[in-house]
Amino acid sequence: MTRLGLLAAGFKRHRLRLLLTGLSIVVAFLLFGVLVAVRQAFAAGVSVAGRDRLVVRHRISIIQLLPESYEAEMEKLPGVVDATPASWFGGIYQDPKNFFGQFPVKPEEYLRMYPEFRLPPEQKAAWLATRTGAVAGRKLADRFHWKVGTRIPIQPTIWIPKKDSSWQFDLVGIYDGAQKETDTSRFLFRQDYFEENRRFASGMIGWYYIRVADPKRAAAVAQSIDDHFTNSSAETKTETEGAFAQGFANQMGNIGAIVTAILSAVFFTILLVAGNTMAQTVRERTQELGVLKALGFSNAEVLAMVLGESCLLAGTAGLIGLGLGFALAAGGDPTGGYLPNFMFPAKDLLLGAALILLLGVAAGALPALQAMRLRTVDALRRE
Amino acid sequence: MTVSMSHPSLVPVTAGHSATLARVRGVAKDFRRGAEVVHVLRGLDLEVPRGEFLALMGPSGSGKSTLLNLLGGLDRPSAGSVEVGGEQIDRLSERALARWRARHVGLVFQFYNLLPVLSAAKNVELPLLLTPLSRAQRKRQVATALALVELEHRAGHLPRQLSGGEQQRVGIARAIVTDPTLILADEPTGDLDRKTGDGILDLLSALSRDHGKTVVMVTHDPHAAGRAGRVLHMVDGQLSTEMAA
Repeated sequence: MTRLGLLAAGFKRHRLRLLLTGLSIVVAFLLFGVLVAVRQAFAAGVSVAGRDRLVVRHRISIIQLLPESYEAEMEKLPGVVDATPASWFGGIYQDPKNFFGQFPVKPEEYLRMYPEFRLPPEQKAAWLATRTGAVAGRKLADRFHWKVGTRIPIQPTIWIPKKDSSWQFDLVGIYDGAQKETDTSRFLFRQDYFEENRRFASGMIGWYYIRVADPKRAAAVAQSIDDHFTNSSAETKTETEGAFAQGFANQMGNIGAIVTAILSAVFFTILLVAGNTMAQTVRERTQELGVLKALGFSNAEVLAMVLGESCLLAGTAGLIGLGLGFALAAGGDPTGGYLPNFMFPAKDLLLGAALILLLGVAAGALPALQAMRLRTVDALRRE
Repeated sequence: MTVSMSHPSLVPVTAGHSATLARVRGVAKDFRRGAEVVHVLRGLDLEVPRGEFLALMGPSGSGKSTLLNLLGGLDRPSAGSVEVGGEQIDRLSERALARWRARHVGLVFQFYNLLPVLSAAKNVELPLLLTPLSRAQRKRQVATALALVELEHRAGHLPRQLSGGEQQRVGIARAIVTDPTLILADEPTGDLDRKTGDGILDLLSALSRDHGKTVVMVTHDPHAAGRAGRVLHMVDGQLSTEMAA
C-alpha cells in the first residue's frame, strides 16, 4: 500500500454518495466544455478579425443597403487601400435547418481582402471564368459532402431571381483557412451574377469591407468615411471588423457575460456539493483520523490526506467531464451551421484544469483544516 | 492460543529489566468543562522499568486512560514531566511528538480501531507508511507481525470479515509492526469474551516476557490485571496501591 492507495481507499466508503458527487462534478465540467465552445463560436469572428479591416454599413442598420457607387468613392479616401462589397443572401439549401452564410462578392477583390482564405489558383481561375460559379469553405463542403462540380440550388428568402424560382450555383472551388479559427463555413458567389438576376434593389450593396494602410489609424479612417457620407441618402457607420463581429454576436446578448454567469453559478453550486461531501466524510471518519494521528501521522499529513482526497475526487470526475466536453466539441457544430466555430480552445483546457484544482482545494480546505485541528484524544473518544 | 515469537527484529530478552523506560514526575492534568476545572491527575509520580508488563486499574474517571495517553504522547500534562526512553516528550513539538509516537509507541485500543476499508494486512502496514522502508520491506514486516499473532491466513480479509478476537490481534500486529519500545493497551480485552481475551493477554505477556517490550495496560478486569507483572490502582487521579501480580 502507498499513501495514494490510502487516499483511494477512502473512496470505497459511501460509494453511492461518492458516485453522485462525482457525477455532479462530471456534469459541471461537461457543461464548462460546451459553454466555452459556444463562447468560442461567438467570439471566433472577433478573434480572427483582421486588424487592418473595417466594415462599412448603413448607419441605421445592417439591413439597410448602400449604393454600389460608394466603393469607388471610398477607395479615393486617404488611408483606404482597398474596398470590396458583400451582402447577406439568406437562402435555404434543401431545408431551413441547413443554415450557412451565403454572400455575393467580387471574387478577386474579396480574396485579396481575405488572404487567409486559401483557394487553389486553378479553382480561382475557374471561379473567374464561371458566372454561376461559387466557392465554399472546407467545413461547409465537408458538411454537405460537396465536391468541385456539384450543382447547388438555393431557395431564396429575400432575393427572388428574375427567371427561376431558385438560384443555381456550380461549385468551382473549396477554400481552406490559414488558421484553425479561420471561418471555412462561408458560401461565396459572384456579385455580377447576383446583380443580373435579382428582381429588386439593383445597384445596392449590404456592406463594404475596407482595408486600411495603417491599422493604427483605423479609427481616423473610419471617421473620415462616415464624415464623407454625412448628409447623403445613405449615411454610414464604419467600425473595425472585430467590433462588427462582436456587434453581430451581441444581437443575441453578451454571450461571454452569459457564459461566465452560468459557469459561476454552476461552480459555486458544485463547490457546495463537493464541500459538503468532504465535510461529511471528515465528520464520519473523525475516529479514524484520530487513529492515524495516534499512529504517528502529523497534523500536516492529515491535512494533506483530506486535501488529497478532495483533489483526487475533483480531479478524477473533473477530468472525465472535461474530456467529455472536449470530445463533444470535437464533434463539431451541433446546431447544424449556426455555430461554425464551435470548438474547445486549448487555452480553456488549461482554465478547466485550473478550475479542477481550485475546486479540489476549495472543497477540501475547511474539512482538511478541521481534520488537522482535531485533538487526537478527542477524536479517539468520538463514536 | 499458542504464541510463537520468532521474528528476528523482535529480539528475545534474557537479561533482567532494571533500567527505567518511562518516568512520570509530578504530573497533573486538568480539563475544563465549561466554567468548571476538573483535575483528572494530581501530581502523579510513576516509574516503569524497561520490559515490564504493568496493569493500571481503577474506577471510571480515575485518570488511568489519561495517564496512558500522556505516556503515549497523545496528550500533554498540565504540569509535571513525562520522560520515555530518555526523551522528555511533553517538550516535543506536535510534529516531533507524532514522529516519536510512530517510532517508539504501539497502541492497542478496546474497540480495535481498524480502518474498515483496509484489509488486515493494510491496517497493519499503516504505521510503516511513516518509515523509509521499501514496499518489499514493509510487506515482510507485515507478514512477520501477522504471523506473530497467527493471522497470516487472514491477511486479505477486511475487519468486518474477522471476529472480535481476530480484529484485536490485527490491532496488536499493527502495534508491534514497527518494533516499538513501549506498547500501550487501553482495555484490550474489554470487548472480548474470557477465552478470546486470554489469548490477547497471552500475546501481551509474551511480548513483554520474551521480547522485552514494555507493556502498560489499562483494565477494569482483575483477571486481566492478574496477568501483568505489576498492578497499580488509581483513585481520583492518584496512584493508591501498588501490588505485585
